[in-house]
Amino acid sequence: MKVPLSWLKDYVEIKLPPEQLAYKLTMAGFEVAEIHRVGELWDRDKVFVGQIVEVKPHPNADRLTIAVVDYGASELVEVVTGAPNIKVGQSGQKVALALAGARLVDPYAPQKTYFTLKPTKIRGVLSPGMVCSEKELDLSDEHETVIILPDDAPVGIPLADYLGDIILDIEVPTNRPDCLSILGIAREVAALTDAEFHPPIIDYPEEGPEAKELVEVEIADSDLCSRYTAAVVLGVEIKPSPYLVQRRLRAAGMRPINNVVDATNYVMLELGQPIHAFDYDKIRGRKIIVRRAREDRTFTTLDGITRSLFPDTLLIADAEGPVAIAGVMGGMESEVTDKTKNVLIESANFNRVSIRRTSRLLGLRTEASLRFEKGLDPYLPPEGGKRTAQLIKEWAGGTIAKGLVDVHTPLPPRRTITFHLSELERFIGISYPKEQVSSILGKLGFELKEEEPQTYTVTVPTHRGDVTEPADLVEEVARIAGYDLIPTEMIPAPSSPQIFPELLKWEEAAKDVLVACGLYEVKTYALISQELLDQFGLSYPLPLLSVANPMTPEHVFLRPTLLPSLLRTLAYNLRFQDGVKIFELARVYLPRENDLPQERITLAIAMAGEAEELSWFGSSRRLDFFDLKGVVEELVERMGISNYQFIPADERAFFPGQTAWLKVGEDTIGILGKLNPDIAEAFEVEEEVFMAEFNFEALASHASSRREFKPVSRYPAVVQDIAVVVDEEIPAEEVRKVIMEAGKPFIRSAVLFDLYRGKPVPPGKKSLAYSLTFQADDRTLTDKEVTKLRERVIRELERKLGATLRG
Amino acid sequence: MLEKIKSLREKAIQELEASADSNSLEEWKRTYLGKKGFVTQLLRQIGSLPPEERPKAGEAANLLRDELTQLYEEKASAIKEAERLQAAKAQAIDVTLPGRRPQIGALHPVTQTLREIIEIFSRMGFGVYEGPEVEWDEYNFGLLNIPPEHPARDMWDTLYIAPPYGKDGNMLLRTHTSPDQIRVMELTKPPIRVVVPGRCYRHEATDASHEWMFYQVEGLAVDKGITMAHLKGVLTTFVREMFGKERKVRFRCDYFPFVEPGADMAMDCIVCGGKGCRVCKFTGWLEILGAGMVHPQVLRNVGIDPNIYTGFAFGMGVERIAMLKHKIDDIRYFYANDLRFLKQFRA
Repeated sequence: MKVPLSWLKDYVEIKLPPEQLAYKLTMAGFEVAEIHRVGELWDRDKVFVGQIVEVKPHPNADRLTIAVVDYGASELVEVVTGAPNIKVGQSGQKVALALAGARLVDPYAPQKTYFTLKPTKIRGVLSPGMVCSEKELDLSDEHETVIILPDDAPVGIPLADYLGDIILDIEVPTNRPDCLSILGIAREVAALTDAEFHPPIIDYPEEGPEAKELVEVEIADSDLCSRYTAAVVLGVEIKPSPYLVQRRLRAAGMRPINNVVDATNYVMLELGQPIHAFDYDKIRGRKIIVRRAREDRTFTTLDGITRSLFPDTLLIADAEGPVAIAGVMGGMESEVTDKTKNVLIESANFNRVSIRRTSRLLGLRTEASLRFEKGLDPYLPPEGGKRTAQLIKEWAGGTIAKGLVDVHTPLPPRRTITFHLSELERFIGISYPKEQVSSILGKLGFELKEEEPQTYTVTVPTHRGDVTEPADLVEEVARIAGYDLIPTEMIPAPSSPQIFPELLKWEEAAKDVLVACGLYEVKTYALISQELLDQFGLSYPLPLLSVANPMTPEHVFLRPTLLPSLLRTLAYNLRFQDGVKIFELARVYLPRENDLPQERITLAIAMAGEAEELSWFGSSRRLDFFDLKGVVEELVERMGISNYQFIPADERAFFPGQTAWLKVGEDTIGILGKLNPDIAEAFEVEEEVFMAEFNFEALASHASSRREFKPVSRYPAVVQDIAVVVDEEIPAEEVRKVIMEAGKPFIRSAVLFDLYRGKPVPPGKKSLAYSLTFQADDRTLTDKEVTKLRERVIRELERKLGATLRG
Repeated sequence: MLEKIKSLREKAIQELEASADSNSLEEWKRTYLGKKGFVTQLLRQIGSLPPEERPKAGEAANLLRDELTQLYEEKASAIKEAERLQAAKAQAIDVTLPGRRPQIGALHPVTQTLREIIEIFSRMGFGVYEGPEVEWDEYNFGLLNIPPEHPARDMWDTLYIAPPYGKDGNMLLRTHTSPDQIRVMELTKPPIRVVVPGRCYRHEATDASHEWMFYQVEGLAVDKGITMAHLKGVLTTFVREMFGKERKVRFRCDYFPFVEPGADMAMDCIVCGGKGCRVCKFTGWLEILGAGMVHPQVLRNVGIDPNIYTGFAFGMGVERIAMLKHKIDDIRYFYANDLRFLKQFRA
């Protein structure tokens, strides 16, 4: 809401400088986003109100004239102008005169550019200044004509004193449609600055016939229209509004049209009640019917667009058909034109939900619909209609019909609230003096009646539909008094411990492990595209969750897997660096019928490229399966899980020979392995990519922070190496298991330290070398015992796996 | 005898001075002070001298032994020092070469900021709750005092779930973490002190300060006797813990349908200190979060008697906090996941 202070002053005294006023409003809930100063650059000694004394022809150009201007100085000034509204032979017009040195807007520059006016020879005639258009003075984009000021503009005063203004751009909260008006803001200012509030006096002679004899109003669908008033002004003369009215409308962000339309917009801005003016003579049957569209399918609004209607769209119709879309926009057929003689003024109250729906369905938001959809005061329409009639008479002449046609459903009773002053302390933490409370509420239009000490019956003004209970009154008092007054107190500790999700602890712990493993955490969008899903070629039992109104095809599906997003992130980063190791811990969305989806915390890891960062000491090695597996092992063990295993897997998205399931106990937790190279290629990655995805909730269900302590043996350990040759197909894990079983009870560990293929190991075989550690808790093992165990290990390897001892 | 001692001394000192490394020094030691060395032999000879010469010769020989031993030790330490220096010089490395750094990754800056926020509130007695991102319209709006077609719905541009799961807009991606106020109050009874971190979504075009996906942290305290003064206390403490003890805060009235009275908290601009700059849009203030006293209707909606209990709630955008903390000028960096960005937050 743009509020010119010059307009605001009509209803309330402005006691504060603009910045302080803006601050007060901001603090009270009306954020002033911008303070715009009209005429800030008009030098007081260079831009004046002038009066044209004579207009002479330009000796060398037909389309130029020379205006002789009096601006209060001892000498007149002669300026060259091309304005079509300054004609030879005319005199007496009041104009905005700029002299050399004035800073003006270049009307021909594509973007707003200022220039300093210099005396210029125009077609051989020296012009020491110029008469200005609105554009040159940065008032609007109007540059066809120069400004003609009202006749009573005082000649010779600086223009800044006459047209200069300050406009506050105020963000009005949605619960305060009453403040989508200058008057509403004035009421706030009065309360905030303890100033008097003067609403406009609506009073005029009603000289015409009875309004109800001129028009009949019927509300057919009273659920959507609680009140409709019609006023009539006969015999108007359509012309531009007075210049200062036009300025006010422009300053408030609206375009002047003509005196009648301007009066409707002026009243909407002034009172917050949208008004529509019809050409009375175009209303067929002299009848207004407020009804749903039903079988009316289309309607042409006054912007010339033919719009499809919906059966529930509320219309204003005459005896023959629709003349306006209620509360949104009038029709082209019945609009006020230059030829209009008689005007019907609509001031009504429409159902906010209906207006909101209509406006949304039509994709048409207007100043009127914006107000109606927030819910307006049902007591306001008569005032709005009368005020409009008054202004039309003032600006367009004519006679006003007697009375209003005012059709309405029973008006809601004035709301009352029982208000104990103790509520203030209960919500705010401090008490407010009784006098302050009644003064604040009084200024805002509330009526207070003291029922018993500290208890009031508060009658809510009809324009405050947002105030329904004591908490609302608490806010009124607190915000006007200022939140700065509220003390700052520490909250007492809760009397019982507060909740904390167990899973979150594991998530954070896991992230720390992964970071320590050299991975970077990423966070990717939860919505992905069909294309991304297709590239992965995964299938799901139920149709995926998707968004009904996506912003772009990029973000449609709620992802059932993190892998595509992570791969894309990996691919993106590989463009800038040789090695990438990333993970994401986020939710995937698994649909359920007739319920919210399951949102499962999922962990995904991706890595590709160089294993180590480039360095002067390092070696170059590409990341492989075991880099990924190592990270997984580290994570799983750090989460206190020991009963895990890796089982070879064959899954479509992965490369068969280099993929494994991670199992903990009987639960399959997820998959890790080399990505199917076709998929990597689809993402333009030539590197081998290693990825993993785990159901983190399943993993965490096995996690524990407890570690069972085992005493550290005080006796020496014996280390022995063995190397065995086994068939290529035998997994290393099998070999290790046999060793650990056969080496009981004294074997402590079997660390694989060499894996060898090639001569002298026969083809199809591999050599595995282990470092075995034997130890007892209660004594030093004898050589004999160790030798016996070692031999048993070798024997068992031979028996179970067909292994042979190497060398 | 004394002559002999004297000349032995001169020769020994001369040779000692000539020895340049520890080998020749040890050789010298063997020659003079060893078991069969000259001085040892000299001392043995004392016993065979006539008795009247013995005391003097003995004393001189002992003096010689002590003197040479001392000279040896001095020489030995000098040589050792020289040799140490020499060895050091031979093994000298360029200490300005980069060290072998363990390869450690980093948490996403949003995670870091979330942890910091949660940690600060947990020190003030707040627990943590996490709710669903796909939410019922009823929880995201209805129970928060925003019925269908309420004009305030325009404050949140919403992404709705399509059929077959969503029906007539009854399911959506939560636009804020506020529905979890309802979930927490359904789950536990007062006293409640909880923060709710989580992803939120809006149907919104992205620019330097807007993302359609973002994180919020919701806060909720419900108890007997909770006031707006407590709200100010908790949030002022938060800001000062997060951004420094010297921060000034400003609370002003603002409208959210699920709080009454409603508020908005700003802190003095951390860039210009309140003088006005581009970051604070020349206001000197940075809006940090929306807050207010839980609307009595919201309490009624979850069966908490608003005549007995009061509460406050607040919600803040995590990226905004992170942006202010690290001077990040474009929110789109967060979900672009460029490692050149992420590596700057190795904390």
